[in-house]
Amino acid sequence: MQRINDDVLNKCRDLIENGTCDRVLAWEEGEFCYDVTPAVFTGDTLGKMIYDDFCAANQSKYLIDESHKEGRIAALLKPCDTYSFNQLLKENRIKRENVYVLGVPCDGKIDAEKARGLGIKGILGAEIDGDTVAFETIYGKKTCSKKDVLHEKCLSCKGKKHMIFDELTDPEKEPETAVPENGTSRFDGVSKLENMTAEERFRFWRGELSRCIRCNACRNVCPACSCRQCVFDNPASGVSSKANTNDFEENLYHIIRAFHVAGRCTDCGECTRVCPENIPLHLLNRKFIKDINELYGEYQAGYDTALDAPLTSYTKQDAEPGIVHERGVR
Amino acid sequence: MSKMYKISKERLDELYAAVSAVKSLYLPVRSGENQSEFKKWSDQSDVCLDSLNTVKSAKELFFPQSENLISFKVSGKDIELVEDRDPSEPFVLFGVRACDAKSFSILDSVFLSDPVDTFYKSRRENGTVVTLACRAPEETCFCGTFGIDASDPAGGDVKTWLTDTELYWEAVSEKGEELTKLLTGILSEADADADTKAVDDLKKNTKEILARLPLADLKLDYFSGDRLNEKLNDVFYAPQWQELYKSCLGCGTCTFVCPTCQCYDIRDFDTGHGIKRFRCWDSCMYSDFTKMAHGNPRTSQLERFRQRFMHKLVYYPANNGGEYSCVGCGRCLAKCPVSMNIVKVIKAFGGEKA
Ligand code: SF4
Ligand code: SF4
Ligand code: SF4
Ligand code: SF4
Repeated sequence: MQRINDDVLNKCRDLIENGTCDRVLAWEEGEFCYDVTPAVFTGDTLGKMIYDDFCAANQSKYLIDESHKEGRIAALLKPCDTYSFNQLLKENRIKRENVYVLGVPCDGKIDAEKARGLGIKGILGAEIDGDTVAFETIYGKKTCSKKDVLHEKCLSCKGKKHMIFDELTDPEKEPETAVPENGTSRFDGVSKLENMTAEERFRFWRGELSRCIRCNACRNVCPACSCRQCVFDNPASGVSSKANTNDFEENLYHIIRAFHVAGRCTDCGECTRVCPENIPLHLLNRKFIKDINELYGEYQAGYDTALDAPLTSYTKQDAEPGIVHERGVR
Repeated sequence: MSKMYKISKERLDELYAAVSAVKSLYLPVRSGENQSEFKKWSDQSDVCLDSLNTVKSAKELFFPQSENLISFKVSGKDIELVEDRDPSEPFVLFGVRACDAKSFSILDSVFLSDPVDTFYKSRRENGTVVTLACRAPEETCFCGTFGIDASDPAGGDVKTWLTDTELYWEAVSEKGEELTKLLTGILSEADADADTKAVDDLKKNTKEILARLPLADLKLDYFSGDRLNEKLNDVFYAPQWQELYKSCLGCGTCTFVCPTCQCYDIRDFDTGHGIKRFRCWDSCMYSDFTKMAHGNPRTSQLERFRQRFMHKLVYYPANNGGEYSCVGCGRCLAKCPVSMNIVKVIKAFGGEKA
């Protein structure tokens, strides 16, 4: 299987050769087809660089550190990554002049874990042909529809348009506007929860959040969680909760984190992608996004770097605190 | 070799109920979408014996993620010490794969050496481990690299094999014999020929798959030999770490899912009415790991990342007769958000085919 488009590779080589950049943030191949790792390449190592349907990680957060180093880095950003990039720019976390954003097209990324869930075990390689994925496994060839093994974040893709870029590797593929892919609204899951009784909803979240092992993958991967030291990692903060005093504390942690990133979360879906327990964390964040849309008007974090954020700006039309009571328990 | 027993697959619930009637039974049950965890059995449990790796490993039964050690009650100038220890209940841990079963001996050399960890010890003494041989290893499995035989798991009290129709049961320790005795009404004696053949076939088939696994050739040559102590500095200062660590998010997922990671933190918690001293899993990947009065000895993620693998591949074997503190379960391969893992580290140090 070819793991990088020649045009993308040549573009990166050009950028280094003509002195625009001195390194490239992309992916490195692993042992199997899916276990790719974000990595930085220089002119000598470019040959090892890949970008294919398994490169799901959001690269933007790495640019906080990378953009504060000397030189200029070219970053392969997918459409969804550019929302996070914009948001980080807005928060002054990335040095824009040190990054050359190379917008790469995306056809949706494949989740090996979902394939395992379909009974496709012992995955060695995969061939993607349109909507079909043919997995080569220890136990023979297994085929499935691509849609069945897409990451959650890809199932609710915000659209294939890059929100920011210096150059696109495939300008012809770039749509005029960002149109959500795959037909379903990304708020369907939230609406389903809203239609439950408070008790049902409580039970749902207790069941999901209580599986958390507090590995912190969701927080550490999150581009909106970019504090140098998280308050929960600081032994002097008095809230560094390495162990829970009761079985609700873990649940609360996630609710607090969702509040903390509300209005800044671009719905990049990384938290759900990385959770080892498959907790649908995106539903919490999307609830906040949906509420913000309803109460303050449509807003998409990371859409650009200029728009005022609804939760950090004041207008006379803003919802009054009483809204909590009015909307309250159904 | 002790006698082999069997029970038909359809009657496994009866077996679980019979065990539960005498001791608490922990086994892999479905937990969330496509995942499993060791949980206490009830007749409502969605048992899944075909999952290889539970998210958290079986170590949690002996070394829980967090536990209270002792409480202090302060009244005036008096401090009263209250033992919080839960009176360890006797339990059976069923469905443990060969890799996890091997991890217990690695934890034993840490927790049962002087000074003995009495919390861990009492759980080990109270637990009866029933292993389950693997039939369908994943591509991430590399237990063979550590000399572990997934088709015939060592390190438990009872060995079991699950075919399409039967569960075969063989006690391999005194504790195992005792448990078997309690189940005489449920288990029936296996047939010397037909059933032995069924188990042998299963073993043979598994071995054949194990030999074909993509990581079957993974070698630890670079980290082997009695010269490990001398080589320590070479590995420590090797340029490879500069690259390997870069993608690491410092999240700690790898350490929390790992059956052999054994580091913990002990802290005091002010409840408002007194102090509770607890211990909980810690991760060398965390910035506050081994924080001391002067600060933290490892101030960069490179150092923290290196520590995890130095411990598994160098420090531990150097101090434990060459035994590594990894069992090749593959959890860190499957769960790291950025797919950085011990296999990639081993390969960066030349661990390809010999
Ligand atoms: S990634 Fe999942 S298990 Fe880990 S802390 Fe987040 S919610 Fe908990
Ligand atoms: S190696 Fe992977 S799982 Fe472990 S701390 Fe780093 S990013 Fe997290
Ligand atoms: S280091 Fe990885 S493969 Fe080895 S025992 Fe730990 S989780 Fe399993
Ligand atoms: S690593 Fe070995 S023992 Fe563990 S689940 Fe895989 S095949 Fe079984």
